[in-house]
Amino acid sequence: MQKEKLLEIKNICKDYGNGPILQDVSLDIEKGEVVVVIGPSGCGKSTLLRCINGLEEIQSGEILLDGEVITGEKTKWNEVRQKIGMVFQSYDLFPHMTVLDNVLLGPLKVQKRDKKEAEAEAEELLKRVGLLEKKDAYPRQLSGGQKQRVAIVRALIMKPEIMLFDEVTAALDPEMVREVLDVMLELAKSGSTMMIVTHEMQFAQAVADRVVFLDSGKILEEGLPETFFTQPKTDRARRFLNTFVFHKQKEKGGEKAL
Amino acid sequence: MDLSFIKEYTPMYVEAAWLTISIGLVGIALSIIVGLLCSFIQYFKIPIAKRVVAIYIELSRNTPLLVQLFFLYFGLPKLGISISSQGCAIIGLTFLGGSYMAEAFRSGLESVDKAQREAALSIGLTKGGLMRYVILPQALSVSIPALCANVIFLIKETSVFSVVALADLMYVAKDLIGLYYKTDEALLMLVIAYLILLLPISIFAAWLERRLRYAGFGN
Amino acid sequence: MQDLGIRVLFMGNNFERLLLGLWVTIRISLLAVLISLVLGTLLGMLMTVKNPLTKAITKVYLEFIRIMPQLVLLFLAFFGLTKSFGINLSGETAAVLVFTLWGTAEMGDLVRGALISIPKHQYESGAAIGLSKLQIYRYIIIPQTLRRLIPLAINLTTRMIKTTSLVVLIGVVEVLKVAQQIIEANRYTVPDSALWIYGTIFFLYFFACWPISLLAKWLERRWNAA
Repeated sequence: MQKEKLLEIKNICKDYGNGPILQDVSLDIEKGEVVVVIGPSGCGKSTLLRCINGLEEIQSGEILLDGEVITGEKTKWNEVRQKIGMVFQSYDLFPHMTVLDNVLLGPLKVQKRDKKEAEAEAEELLKRVGLLEKKDAYPRQLSGGQKQRVAIVRALIMKPEIMLFDEVTAALDPEMVREVLDVMLELAKSGSTMMIVTHEMQFAQAVADRVVFLDSGKILEEGLPETFFTQPKTDRARRFLNTFVFHKQKEKGGEKAL
Repeated sequence: MDLSFIKEYTPMYVEAAWLTISIGLVGIALSIIVGLLCSFIQYFKIPIAKRVVAIYIELSRNTPLLVQLFFLYFGLPKLGISISSQGCAIIGLTFLGGSYMAEAFRSGLESVDKAQREAALSIGLTKGGLMRYVILPQALSVSIPALCANVIFLIKETSVFSVVALADLMYVAKDLIGLYYKTDEALLMLVIAYLILLLPISIFAAWLERRLRYAGFGN
Repeated sequence: MQDLGIRVLFMGNNFERLLLGLWVTIRISLLAVLISLVLGTLLGMLMTVKNPLTKAITKVYLEFIRIMPQLVLLFLAFFGLTKSFGINLSGETAAVLVFTLWGTAEMGDLVRGALISIPKHQYESGAAIGLSKLQIYRYIIIPQTLRRLIPLAINLTTRMIKTTSLVVLIGVVEVLKVAQQIIEANRYTVPDSALWIYGTIFFLYFFACWPISLLAKWLERRWNAA
């Protein structure tokens, strides 16, 4: 199988002025690969995604997409961003537009595609995520899970080369998490290149080709999900994974002991 | 109450009302343009220009239109700058209204969630597209109640135009009182004229505000 | 050296006369604001009463006063009352009357708005910790209402000061009238005095209103952030 590098992150550093957020982070992502980034809050994983999309500037290092530097002075971000889809934790649909208009804004106003053709594709994608009948609804009429699925479609329709997911289920009610994760699993299966920041460990294990563990702005560990989740190499990762495990506090039938 | 007097002088009031409306509309339109411009400058924090706008807004909001008009009409000619009555009225109204409109638009712009900007940029919109398709439509719908209130406020403010020798409604009323002592009739027509001018706008504004407040997008 | 018109300000007691003229309008505004604060608070409370009659009357009063240009109201009081009822008001009295009526309407609306903006659960959570009705008002409702109200009431003062400039049009001798007198008296000796005098009045008003606006803005920011 041939390996083709799609995204190359080379030694990037990011500092807001009060301590480093990302320190010398390097990471390559191959075409069709699904990379899951995990780590404690504030470790810099969201910042990493935002740097790739130019929402944050980096102080040093560089990022390449298809072998071209995208972190230079003269980067036309509005062109680069068309190749990088991004989905946010807070969905951020445009509240004044219907679902269909939300999805079509990019294709029509940015890519200047034919309206009929774009509309057909939008409907096709909405159908894939099970929301075709909501195409004329406004965002506020949707549940969180539905909004997030629309946000995914809004990014997908641009035909990006890579999709970035920034804690997309963190703001959702528990029963809506599944419907969003299922869409992402399906995307992964169909061969999309994805970079996912998440706290859903079981999902991470199921979807990831590779797991990256970030702490205090540094990549501490990366590896296959099977090995990372069962035998983490670093102590820090082991402690982090342990915070997701609950141990039973009471013995069965022991309630009366209190 | 002298009905024949009212009948005889109604055309004078109609003419004066037209003058108020036409100057008022020009002034309001220019106020909206100035206001939009100022609010953009403040929203994008354009250096230097933003300071100028801040000074302008404070000057405009903390001085009466009447005094602004006295300065324009009686003061400036001494510098060799003579402006016609209409010109003074329009400039004065715009100077006043621009700052009020700027505040209305600015609060609208600031009400748009900052995350909308990132969401729009991430699908590849340019700054212009971001403003046009995402920020402005949302900001304007928030600004509309304040904008309507400003329109009513500015039309009310036109009542001082008689000091720059414009034959507006106040001017006609005062004239009739002075000439014929038909005070009751003159004042009644004055009140009715302003009610006809302002009541429909006020009712429309109240309706619009209710609609925007309770409906929002998609209900 | 060029003869500057600004010297007219410092001739005789001209500047002092202008300040005294400004004080006339400020005095009218302050008087009107003080009465309006009291009457407006009562009106605002009256407007939250769920009685169709008081509702209708207060609404008509409020709408009429707020929709009419203040100058029209001044004309009604100054010319109308004299003619129809034989009440001869001085310009200044007519002005205080009109600006009190106007201020009361504006203040009433602000008070009503502040009162209804306190969410119901504030009353309920007060009751839930066992406060009496009086205590709920004393410790919960009134402090919150005041915080919303005070910046707006201060803003009303600047609006009042600006609007009272209109009294020159019903013959009250105030700063603009004094200005006309000074300009007239110096017509030949200082031909461009109008520029300087009116410019000065512009800034006199500005420096009267600006600090008050800043105070309102400061209070609003301070209390809204809390």
